[in-house]
Amino acid sequence: MTTTTDRTGSSEDTALATPDAETLAALLVGQKRPPRPSALSASLTFGWRAMLKIKHVPEQLFDVTAFPIMMVLMYTYLFGGALAGSTQEYIQFLLPGILVMSVVMITMYTGVAVNTDITKGVFDRFRTLPIWRPAAMVGYLLGDVLRYVLASAVMLTVGMIIGYRPDGGPLGVLAGVALLVVFSFAFSWIWTMFGLMLRTEKSVMGVSMMVIFPLTFLSNVFVDPGTMPGWLQVFVNNSPVTHLASAVRELMAGAWPAAEIAWSLGWSALFLVVFGSVTMRLYNRK
Amino acid sequence: MTTELAIETNGLVKIFGENRAVDGVDLAVAPGTVYGVLGPNGAGKTTTVRMLATLLRPDGGEARVFGKDVVKDADAVRGLVSLTGQYASVDEDLTGTENLVLLARLLGHARPAARTRADQLLEAFGLSEAAGKQVKNYSGGMRRRIDIAASILNTPQLLFLDEPTTGLDPRSRNQVWDIVRAVVAQGTTVMLTTQYLDEADQLASRIAVIDHGKVIAEGTKGELKASVGAGSVHLRLREAEQRPEAERVLSAALDATVQLDPDPVALTARVNGHGTEQGAAEQAARALAELARRGITVDNFSLGQPSLDEVFLALTDRKGVAA
Repeated sequence: MTTTTDRTGSSEDTALATPDAETLAALLVGQKRPPRPSALSASLTFGWRAMLKIKHVPEQLFDVTAFPIMMVLMYTYLFGGALAGSTQEYIQFLLPGILVMSVVMITMYTGVAVNTDITKGVFDRFRTLPIWRPAAMVGYLLGDVLRYVLASAVMLTVGMIIGYRPDGGPLGVLAGVALLVVFSFAFSWIWTMFGLMLRTEKSVMGVSMMVIFPLTFLSNVFVDPGTMPGWLQVFVNNSPVTHLASAVRELMAGAWPAAEIAWSLGWSALFLVVFGSVTMRLYNRK
Repeated sequence: MTTELAIETNGLVKIFGENRAVDGVDLAVAPGTVYGVLGPNGAGKTTTVRMLATLLRPDGGEARVFGKDVVKDADAVRGLVSLTGQYASVDEDLTGTENLVLLARLLGHARPAARTRADQLLEAFGLSEAAGKQVKNYSGGMRRRIDIAASILNTPQLLFLDEPTTGLDPRSRNQVWDIVRAVVAQGTTVMLTTQYLDEADQLASRIAVIDHGKVIAEGTKGELKASVGAGSVHLRLREAEQRPEAERVLSAALDATVQLDPDPVALTARVNGHGTEQGAAEQAARALAELARRGITVDNFSLGQPSLDEVFLALTDRKGVAA
């Protein structure tokens, strides 16, 4: 059979020029293999991929911009008068909490992203690369860290406009956001696990909702747990989200809640170890 | 065997639920060759390749790539192989350049070197003009190329091409074949799965035919063809009424069933020729002489090797009868 690649005129696709065998051969021989990238370098490269995805599909930032603004405005004006006498009073209590709630909710998109990738061939390519195994997963989460920071900035800005005044100043606010981002990074491994475990994007979404709603609402984000029935208080007071919300709230108010910070970091470590290792097990087994 | 095999499997098994997708596959692939794995959809080709590329864990048997076990030494195997799957294994949201730079970085190239390598490959694959476009806007042929380009960012020792031309138009398919030939010429071993017999015929030096998770035939193209007869002879007579007699004569001379073509003056017969082409030619010549002696006029005559289609159908039929 002869190759008919030198056809003239009929080509409707100019980009499909004939690959040149000689050039190709020159590229293939005498090539030195570079050393393997370090774990950090590989993870950062995957993080860069996440940035590129944001660049090409900026609509995906909707959930870290419009959604948080909606959350702040909705809950402040809906509950403010009833719960704290005025929206001005309530925003001081609510804003750090709603910040925690929104960012923790946003983490669930990680699972959907992982799951979408698996259904495409690119995931196979990553898994056949001789690199540090968790790099691809860490890369997703590094990209997400940017999203969390962005969401936090948006919410704090809106909060300040409608009257939130953090007594902790810029340092307190930064410390609060940093703690929140660390927790979210660790917590996200739950979603990478579900993303690998469940078959479809829809089921990932469904399971995520089942986990995220009780976890974020059954906390001290909206109200002081003091008025809740005893059995619920037990759950709420021990919820990682409650510890995190208290820590962030107090950091932003200028205090140093050592115990709550320790609890938040402890939960983070637990999530990372448990769900991180399950994720990697699934990733290797897939 | 003096040289180390590129691929060696012994009794490789993969079970999905009740389905034994790969059921005891033994392969031995010499380095520097194109090895074709031929079979219908669902035969177990892709599953075999995925196990060899460390993407799936075998449920039984063992497999080694250049002497490295695909389970125990998976990381070393990953350093030797590249995989181009049935679906584009690049990120569709990213541009051609971004995809190649990303993968080059992951293979350890520093940023400037990664960029250079990406540009060179895009150029060599005729994709320079599309370099800045997202891959989701590429045509089928362009996707295949960017995919293969991604697989040879670091020249692999072993390249898996899983149905590389499925769904491509003939021109793009020829271009992919050219690329494969260029890659092999530089010493890379290629394992090619395909359902197209002419593709295996064009590229592969040895072929394994897989059906229902088992290797049902293995050998060089010549051996496979010889196993169903060395050739087939095709005749056109001048007079349609002479065909029944011609059929009897051929059948006796060649000791084979003669197939009557839809065309009333044409017939085809398998020539076994004791497994050699030379034997087949002699046998066919004797049969022609016999026809001439009986006064049967032959207008046109050709002797060809059996196509792999015939080989494949013969092999799968045989298995169907045996089972």
